[in-house]
Amino acid sequence: MGSDRSGLPPAGDEGDVEAVLAVLQEVPDPEVPVVSVVELGIVRDIDWVDGRLAVSVTPTYSGCPATEVIEQHIHEALVAAGYSDPLIQRRLSPAWTTDWLTETGREKLRAYGIAPPVGSASKRSLTGQPDPVVPCPLCGSNATERVSEFGSTACKALYRCRDCLEPFDYFKCL
Amino acid sequence: MQNISHQSAAHRSSAQKNTAQKTQTPLIDYLLRLGDNALILGQRHAQLCGKAPALEEELALMNVGLDLFGQARNWLGYVSELMASELMADKIDADHLAFRRDAQDFRNLLLVEQPNGDFADIMGRQFLFDAWHVHLLEGLTHANDPRIAEVAAKSLKEATYHLRRSSEWVIRLGDGTEESHARMQRALDNLWQFTGELLQIDEIDQAMLEAGIAPDPDTLATRWKVTVEEVLEEATLSRPAYDAWMYTGGKVGHHTEHLGFLLAEMQYLPRAYPDATVW
Repeated sequence: MGSDRSGLPPAGDEGDVEAVLAVLQEVPDPEVPVVSVVELGIVRDIDWVDGRLAVSVTPTYSGCPATEVIEQHIHEALVAAGYSDPLIQRRLSPAWTTDWLTETGREKLRAYGIAPPVGSASKRSLTGQPDPVVPCPLCGSNATERVSEFGSTACKALYRCRDCLEPFDYFKCL
Repeated sequence: MQNISHQSAAHRSSAQKNTAQKTQTPLIDYLLRLGDNALILGQRHAQLCGKAPALEEELALMNVGLDLFGQARNWLGYVSELMASELMADKIDADHLAFRRDAQDFRNLLLVEQPNGDFADIMGRQFLFDAWHVHLLEGLTHANDPRIAEVAAKSLKEATYHLRRSSEWVIRLGDGTEESHARMQRALDNLWQFTGELLQIDEIDQAMLEAGIAPDPDTLATRWKVTVEEVLEEATLSRPAYDAWMYTGGKVGHHTEHLGFLLAEMQYLPRAYPDATVW
């Protein structure tokens, strides 16, 4: 492993999790390309099985159409980095939660114009509670309102700002 | 539910019962019910693509449909593995189960195959299903089969969100204008006759209960009723009687005529081009 990366330092002696993470840090989410699969929190485990690199990935939603594409992109990135024949495993449990979005990931979402999740999913924020205040990612105003439970993808809802009048996506808590 | 009169929707004689049942274990049958509910309701959503009353609702309907397709894939994927390991059958994948089975081999509830109709029909069907689905999935997260528990935990998050949305719509339409109220009530009255099956317990459910997989049916029925009553009351809608005459049969493959038309459309492409690998 890593020996065919001519001119580059060996990437990934067995057990070098940091090196693998560095590769995956460069793999963007296909639907929200400003965040990487690591920042999205969907890379759940990095391990070696009989010398073969095994990466476990969890889908955000059961029907996320990007699931296969993401697995393929991760595979391609690892092969390009010199890991031969990496194994990409799909893992359902524990179910993905927006709590796993990294701080950097949240900041990148905001800068991109998508309001990051407000609060923690563990508080059952989906039902029985009033909607959280979602600050506008464009002007910062708290005077926003929900237009629809769903936005352009399953993981987002559609909001609008009553101050700057712009519509925006909200990455909803799950 | 003891009060429900049972009658097969398709009026088949027992001699005509399809043979697939005999080759399926109760667990496989039970998982087919879970997977087929999600698949068929998901397909009803897919049929609305480009036809929703507003763009936001279009997005919502398609996203709910996608969630359901994903759940169907997870359940049917497990079925295909079990079929290979327990029945020593040739390996058939989830796509094969979705696209190559005939109507009588589907185990979905009659409720989810009902046609789209108007928006009240669509949201009424969704609400009556979601209110049951959420409590069922919650129970299944405690199943002593870890695979079932993890798929249920994943699906539950999505179903909870679906229930919130469908409840809000039933309330908005029921407690809305005279026209929207009348339509929502009519939809509810029509769909009600398919809800008996949600709470009906047959030998498959009983076997799964005893195996520590299915949740307690009385608790499930009570929770469904509480959710339905809360929402209908806020929506100012009258609830039809629980002991009204009910259609049953979907769970054992006796479907209403609507399923055949749905499958004809959904399965056309894979059946017409069985060797295709790229769509």
